[in-house]
Amino acid sequence: MSTRIYVPIDSTALSLGAEKVAKAIAAEAAKRGIAIELVRNGSRGAFWLEPLVEVQTPAGRMAYGPVQPKDVAALFDAGFVNGGQHALSLGLTDDIAYLKNQERLTSARIGITDPLSLDDYIAHGGYEGLVAAFAMSGADIVKEVTDSGLRGRGGAAFPTGIKWNTVLGASADQKYIVCNADEGDSGTFSDRMIMEGDPYVLIEGMTIAGIAVGATRGYIYLRSEYPHAFATLKEAIRRARAAGWLGQDVRGSAKAFELEVRLGAGAYICGEETSLLESLEGKRGIVRFKPPLPALQGLFGKPTVINNVISLASVPIILARGGAYYRNYGMGRSRGTLPFQLAGNIKRGGLVEKAFGLTMNELIHDFGGGTLSGRPVRAVQVGGPLGAYVPASQFDMPLDYEEYAKNGAMIGHGGIVVFDDTVDMAHMARYAMEFCAVESCGKCTPCRIGSTRGVEVIDRIVANEQRGKNIALLQSLCDTMLNGSLCALGGMAPYPVLSALNHFPEDFGVDKTEAA
Amino acid sequence: MSSHHPASAADGLRLQSVVDAHASLPGALLPMLHAIQDEFGHVPDQAVPVIARSLNLSRAEVHGVITFYHHFRSHAPGRHVVQVCRAEACQAVGAVALEAHAKKCLGIDFHETTADGAVTLEAVYCLGNCAVGPSLRIDDDIVGRVTPARFDEIIAELRAEVTA
Repeated sequence: MSTRIYVPIDSTALSLGAEKVAKAIAAEAAKRGIAIELVRNGSRGAFWLEPLVEVQTPAGRMAYGPVQPKDVAALFDAGFVNGGQHALSLGLTDDIAYLKNQERLTSARIGITDPLSLDDYIAHGGYEGLVAAFAMSGADIVKEVTDSGLRGRGGAAFPTGIKWNTVLGASADQKYIVCNADEGDSGTFSDRMIMEGDPYVLIEGMTIAGIAVGATRGYIYLRSEYPHAFATLKEAIRRARAAGWLGQDVRGSAKAFELEVRLGAGAYICGEETSLLESLEGKRGIVRFKPPLPALQGLFGKPTVINNVISLASVPIILARGGAYYRNYGMGRSRGTLPFQLAGNIKRGGLVEKAFGLTMNELIHDFGGGTLSGRPVRAVQVGGPLGAYVPASQFDMPLDYEEYAKNGAMIGHGGIVVFDDTVDMAHMARYAMEFCAVESCGKCTPCRIGSTRGVEVIDRIVANEQRGKNIALLQSLCDTMLNGSLCALGGMAPYPVLSALNHFPEDFGVDKTEAA
Repeated sequence: MSSHHPASAADGLRLQSVVDAHASLPGALLPMLHAIQDEFGHVPDQAVPVIARSLNLSRAEVHGVITFYHHFRSHAPGRHVVQVCRAEACQAVGAVALEAHAKKCLGIDFHETTADGAVTLEAVYCLGNCAVGPSLRIDDDIVGRVTPARFDEIIAELRAEVTA
């Protein structure tokens, strides 16, 4: 019998050499006449161990990592095909503390299954949610999602069930399900991991959404920076259609659902839902005025559910296990789990799915092991380029949408970028404005002009040109952007700027005692 | 190389067939522009009126879309496109120094191509490889943990490919 060996095909694993490792293992096995079955799985999300190679043994999957091609011959010498000990041995994968201490609901299968194998997907609980949904009315499906407490995981945290209910209640000859896979926030990669590591869960979630609200067409709007996810999604959709999980009559349910992936073209603003819809329609990604809500007049003017990848990928388990099961995790009004992403200057970076309510200290220190550089953590940016910088003094705040909002911060998509004490926060504030200027769609003045002026004002503050006056000007400019911008890009770019200024005034040349 | 002369008759036919293949899609313009750029390496100016006619748009609208998106380019790139991530997570582990090194080592700024035609340098804002930065994208490959020394090796490999 051939031994099953897993080498991830996730982008991060590939970026660290997984492809060469897979080839080296195949070649070495052939040379030694050892029969192996090489499976290209997603990543477990313990990225500091990538390329993480796993071997199926009677005791379970044994992990080795990080493996480089030069280690492969020695691994064979050590009998790793039978789980033998080697300097890179990590023991049973399931016993790795980083993975063992997580609560994986949405990302339960990533790294475990072959992403493109429908059999594997179904053997691990896949399509149980959709099959349950077949027997339910649209209103009952929406109620289950509402009861779960699931809120939009893209950043805005709007209750998913309420959005769906609006689309369900709208009457139209055509409705759409659109997946926002324009994961442009720095420090985030959970969408990508789902799409590369468990694409059928997203397809299933979108199909359930379609059946729930009466939409027969779906689009995944994927950023062009994710070439591997694009290839995986296209192939997964092809296979799902061939097996009858997509099409005019999904698995004999008499429900139709067609799905297509569309590629963005490198515009951060297209992560904003109305701009994304414009882009899908073949136009410049210019933000629309709201109302009308996309739920009533969305894609091509039709009622549209537009949700983030993680929101949609959380739906199958809610339908399979019930809204109450999901709701049982979390705290306050933040129900369920969030796949947090540890990024930047972090020793053990990767995906950590946990129920809401844990703290930044637990994430950064218990899971992440502190900084990669070994220096003290000075600040973390939470929720992408528009998220606030949180100082170490606030790391005990529970990760909950409302708690963070109370402190002028946001959880957003759960991306956490760690900086050590060498970071220059005035530089980061300037970068936030610069990024906003590069990516502004240009429709509203506060964002388009304000961001450019913001860069200039910060430059003057740093150069100590009328510093006090320019700080007041920066605060006033941020106020205009916060209150006067059409969407979250201009409306939230002041968060990183003001939080940097408020928490780290010394980096702007301001005496801390004087600023307080 | 034909991709540098999209005005030839053969290229005109190729362009028309790519345009025709996408014209009936709902929201056809972005998929069409991607297909053209995949085929020619860029979206040549000559394509604008052809696209406009096919989709019943003005040339200004087509031009507006091409220039709105960072991904589309109107001039042929070098043999390889190297994108350096400038986003925060990569900055936290040395992306600013890597960017400076890349520009110095190649002798070009962003959006420019080296004199030997090997490399076009671009900025990118996040590749979703944020736990193992600084990151690069080389054509369709992502590379993590890129030190300046590793960058030099990668560029040497890219240059060696053509001379080999």
